[in-house]
Amino acid sequence: MENSDKNGDTHGSISRRDFIKGIIASGVTVSSVGYLFRAGEAAQVQPGLPGAVERLVTLTVNGQKRRVDIMKQETLAMTLRYKLGLTGTKLGCDRAECGNCTVLIDDVPRYSCSVLTHTVRNAKITTIEGLAGADGKLHPVQKAFVDELAPQCGFCTPGQIMSTVALLKINPKPTRAQAAEALSGNLCRCGAYNYSLNAVMRAAEVS
Amino acid sequence: MASYKLIGKDFTPPDLVGKVTGKAKFAEDFRPAGMLFVKLLRSPMPHAKMRKIDTRNALALKGVVAVLTADDLPKTHPPEEPMLTNEPLYAGEPILAVAAVDETTAAEAVERIKIDLQPLPFVIDPLETLRPGGPDPRSDGNVANRELKLQTIKWTARDFAGVNQGKLPMGKPAEEWQYGDIEAGFKQADLILEETFVTQALSHHSMEPRTAMAYWQNGKLYLHGSSQSVSFAVPGIAKLLGIDPAQLVFISENTGGGFGSKGTGYPQWGIPAILAKKTGRPVMMRVTRDEEYAFGRARPGYQGWVKIGFRKDGRVTALDLYIIQSNGPYEGFPDFRNSGTAVSLVYQPMAMRWRGISVLTNTPPRGPQRGPGPNQIVVAIEPFIDKAARKLGVDRVAIRRLNAPNNNGKVGPKQGPITSSYLPEALDKGAARFNWAKKQALSGQRKGSKAIGIGVGIAIHGAGRTGFDGLVLIKPDGKLYIHSGAGNLGTFSYAATSRTAAEVLGMPWDRCEIVAGDTGKNVPWNSPQVGSNTSFTLTRTNYVAAVDARKKLQEIAAKALNGSPDDFDVGNGRVFLKSDSSKGLSFAEAAERAIKLGGKYSGQELPKDLNPITARAATGLAGQGLVGVAKDTLPIKGAPFAFCATFVQVEVDLETGHVEIKECLGVVDCGTVIHPKSLATQIMGGGVQGIGFALAEKHVFDSKFGLAATKGLYTAKPPTYLDVPLDMQWDAVNKPDPHNPIGAKGIGEPPLGAMAAAVLCAVSDALGGIYFNRTPVTCDMILNAAEKKPQSFKPLEVNV
Repeated sequence: MENSDKNGDTHGSISRRDFIKGIIASGVTVSSVGYLFRAGEAAQVQPGLPGAVERLVTLTVNGQKRRVDIMKQETLAMTLRYKLGLTGTKLGCDRAECGNCTVLIDDVPRYSCSVLTHTVRNAKITTIEGLAGADGKLHPVQKAFVDELAPQCGFCTPGQIMSTVALLKINPKPTRAQAAEALSGNLCRCGAYNYSLNAVMRAAEVS
Repeated sequence: MASYKLIGKDFTPPDLVGKVTGKAKFAEDFRPAGMLFVKLLRSPMPHAKMRKIDTRNALALKGVVAVLTADDLPKTHPPEEPMLTNEPLYAGEPILAVAAVDETTAAEAVERIKIDLQPLPFVIDPLETLRPGGPDPRSDGNVANRELKLQTIKWTARDFAGVNQGKLPMGKPAEEWQYGDIEAGFKQADLILEETFVTQALSHHSMEPRTAMAYWQNGKLYLHGSSQSVSFAVPGIAKLLGIDPAQLVFISENTGGGFGSKGTGYPQWGIPAILAKKTGRPVMMRVTRDEEYAFGRARPGYQGWVKIGFRKDGRVTALDLYIIQSNGPYEGFPDFRNSGTAVSLVYQPMAMRWRGISVLTNTPPRGPQRGPGPNQIVVAIEPFIDKAARKLGVDRVAIRRLNAPNNNGKVGPKQGPITSSYLPEALDKGAARFNWAKKQALSGQRKGSKAIGIGVGIAIHGAGRTGFDGLVLIKPDGKLYIHSGAGNLGTFSYAATSRTAAEVLGMPWDRCEIVAGDTGKNVPWNSPQVGSNTSFTLTRTNYVAAVDARKKLQEIAAKALNGSPDDFDVGNGRVFLKSDSSKGLSFAEAAERAIKLGGKYSGQELPKDLNPITARAATGLAGQGLVGVAKDTLPIKGAPFAFCATFVQVEVDLETGHVEIKECLGVVDCGTVIHPKSLATQIMGGGVQGIGFALAEKHVFDSKFGLAATKGLYTAKPPTYLDVPLDMQWDAVNKPDPHNPIGAKGIGEPPLGAMAAAVLCAVSDALGGIYFNRTPVTCDMILNAAEKKPQSFKPLEVNV
């Protein structure tokens, strides 16, 4: 499942393949890098000093290795949205209250607004963009959310779906109450909770 | 209704796949190259005057591009809300804005700015400023609203005589009306209730903060905003920025919730627009959750009094209502006025007086919130209807049914007609399905520490408008393009109402495209996506546009095939001879001919009564195919209203005060059901917000410093999955409204009020008839009541 590099991707040694991918990634994101973050600040951090973190890191996002230039205080939500162009992850509060920014880190649902990017260098990150097949075929959970008209405004939907995917990995046949418990960290102000639960139950049925 | 192919059928709205894949773009998801970021400096005080601003240190910071203060902006006319201010009127109000190359730099620049603020007296509780010699919330007045001029009103010491005993002071109101003889009505009454009440102010908590991004190109402003309305927002934004509406391209394809707070616009999205002009670069203003709690709007709270006379059978003979509205510091919204109208309709009092005053406060600006006025007033009054039923020995559904309007219902001081009301039918349907009669035996029954309560609540809202425009286009590709200027905040009504055009033209849905969310795509003048009006209003506009297109198709076919237009019918993408359906034109052929014919057929000549926005849109489409465009001038008699009756069963834990809603059923009268699945989401979603309104959500303020304590989702408490029933039920009367071509009315607002009222009535029922005269009813209040202890606040105290 994990798209690990056969040449071995470890800290400090950059394979040729990663290097090329890094070039590609930085080319893709060149227009957005540095918008939110002070250009040059990260460069001023001296490697080896206390608190210093690696600046240019490799993240595994949706099965792809992505080279990205980060600051030590940068959150994963910001890296995803502003450096990797993955804007499906939504920021509703930016302080771990709403769950709109939920992504999977090693299959565990986490609030990406409250995860520092440099702490997940060795993890497998999955965002809403990583669920559908390359051919655009929807993930069973996405399809269930469509079939049940689970979203209303849709802003919390990516988070709801990520929490559902995580739940079904550890509990493929949840009860409605278990599903409510598992998704209770994802707020929905439209109040579409019942329809989201319908979607969870439908996805559990088909998967 | 069986004759409809699309109306009343479920379908998948076209934006749904984008919402589940992360491809749906919201305002913060756009990134033009060279974009700057904004950070705001906001007032730390609830009321102050700026003595001095020193921005030198900020401007010296590398990466800072511009600073915008109130001095750079045209003066606003009080009580209009400004973008930025030198006299902040609530804590958290934007004072100035910094644009920089990145957000970190902008934030640091804000930190470097020195401001010298002179603190001024402030008002959190409306009663304080009405007292003789009380503080004023702003230097130029303490009372205002829409169509209520900014003025100063002080009451006398005598008016306040009973305030410490919980008696609402009722000095000179700002507005009042009356119909019938209320004194005579009270004389007829067998029971008179006189009650004071408090309803809370509360935030909207839209999941998407009102982020905005703007840039200028070729003299035109491109504004990406978070809005419930698309074309309707245009005149307001243009006026705010002093530009011609034709100079604005407004993009709001997806909006992460609004609930009224993003209905008709707000000044803050002008900040990036002006900074973009000033810097010549695209500017993004990411609004934080904390900022959303400051300028993201809130429902006004009430301190109120009501006197209701009941006949023995429960009929309301007279009703006297007084509302003091906490309006925030600006124009706010006329909830207090709407409440009076709502009460006149929902209980059909034989005589009624309404008095009200909209008092300015140094609290976040108020705006409409889902059922602004009608909802909070029924939630306040419904428990008193229960109280009367209990005293009179009348069934609680029966008393509501007796007073409920039918199709002959009257509304407002002028006792005008309504288009339809099937509220009695909704009550009947709900009572039967909920087993109301049987469930009465459960009232007050104990299950360990829990007491069971049963409740019913009703709510109403205006449900439609008229006079907007419809616009459709049939292109040579044979497809029908339905242009909609409605917003998309998640009700899917932009899509459901568009199906009316397809229905009229007999067009298969898979050959229809909805064009919406961007005024650059030529969308017509449509109503704001507010106030339960879209379903009624935009089925009418799409109907008239499609009828116009049908007429043109018939004329083109008549010209092509030698006949009279009436000889032709349309269906399945063709216009064909009624007598021989094999003879006709495909829509594709007709579109080609329309282009060749020009004139009215392809949008070169337009009806004179169109709104300029529609005329511009239709002109933008001219020559591309057959254009159907018309203003809704369909006849209407009466005001359209929507209704909801909700039934709940709760368990109230007398040891913790926790309320669990075990069962709920909302039954609506929204005329013809046009999209059942989406209707259900409105009933349930409104219900969820009603649960929050009834049991948890409120503003809390530190009265000493005027600062909000409820500035987080976890403190302001919108409901989570764990606060709502796992299986919410719904139903609809599904009887057509006679004043809409397909019988539809809106429904967004009433399910909130009906649920909140039902929950509170059920809680009081579980407690054997203890009424709180206040919303929300929180755990501590229930415990105090159950243990017969005094509550921790005074009866009229607010924001506690």
